[in-house]
Amino acid sequence: MPRLSVWMVRSALLHLGVGLTIGALLLWNKGLPFDAWLWLLRDTHINLLLVGWTLQFALGMMVWVMPRFTAAPRYGNLRLGWWGWGLLNGGVLLAAGGVWLGSMCTFAGYVAQAAAFVLFLFLIWRRIKPFAT
Amino acid sequence: MPRLTRYFIKTGMLYLLLALLVAGVMAAVPVLQLSPKLGVLRPVFYHLLMVGWVTQLIFGVGHWMFPKFSKDQPRGREQLAWATFILLNAGLLLRLVGEPLVALSPEANAGWVLFLSALLQLIAGWLFILNVWPRIKER
Repeated sequence: MPRLSVWMVRSALLHLGVGLTIGALLLWNKGLPFDAWLWLLRDTHINLLLVGWTLQFALGMMVWVMPRFTAAPRYGNLRLGWWGWGLLNGGVLLAAGGVWLGSMCTFAGYVAQAAAFVLFLFLIWRRIKPFAT
Repeated sequence: MPRLTRYFIKTGMLYLLLALLVAGVMAAVPVLQLSPKLGVLRPVFYHLLMVGWVTQLIFGVGHWMFPKFSKDQPRGREQLAWATFILLNAGLLLRLVGEPLVALSPEANAGWVLFLSALLQLIAGWLFILNVWPRIKER
């Protein structure tokens, strides 16, 4: 497993943990209400789990398991992936921060997430190929 | 493929089927003039899909394919992995029952079902993270 995949999968696991914790609080609050304010975290819960966990996990695994090139760099230009990792995780944090910092922060977060995905497209696209080419 | 992975994937596929059935029921509300109260199934649908199917598939495949933890314990602590499977599914099933019950019959005082569901799923998720974390490594 390349180092980028290690960082992406571990980051995804952290997003899973935080997203699940927020989700558990929301569900608890739905059953036995204790704080109406918590409902503001619903979008953060969704973004953490859809983008931070599921999407990041899938992309991290793709970087690892898609057919590699026969010549170096065998995983492709991993610098794109590292920028993508930073933008994706920064984007999820910015989007989460929008709850406190306002909608511009949320917007910037989603733009960063989209930019991250474009970088991963450039990284992974050419590796979706037959083996040994 | 390890037995637990088969359990995760097959259970996940059953949840996917259930999620699609729930989606079908919700889509049928205006067509068959069913009760609009069936709209309370929407969060159940999302969680059947994302927790029951997607997350459970990832857990199962991760348990199988991640780099080995050690020669003696290639997949980490098996008991923790089984506990993850049982707690996650118990929590999700409680949600499946509890969420419509709380929404439609507040007088039933079934809020504790959702609390228990949240707790079980939370423990399951963190058990998975703790068990699989050391296996996420370069090789």
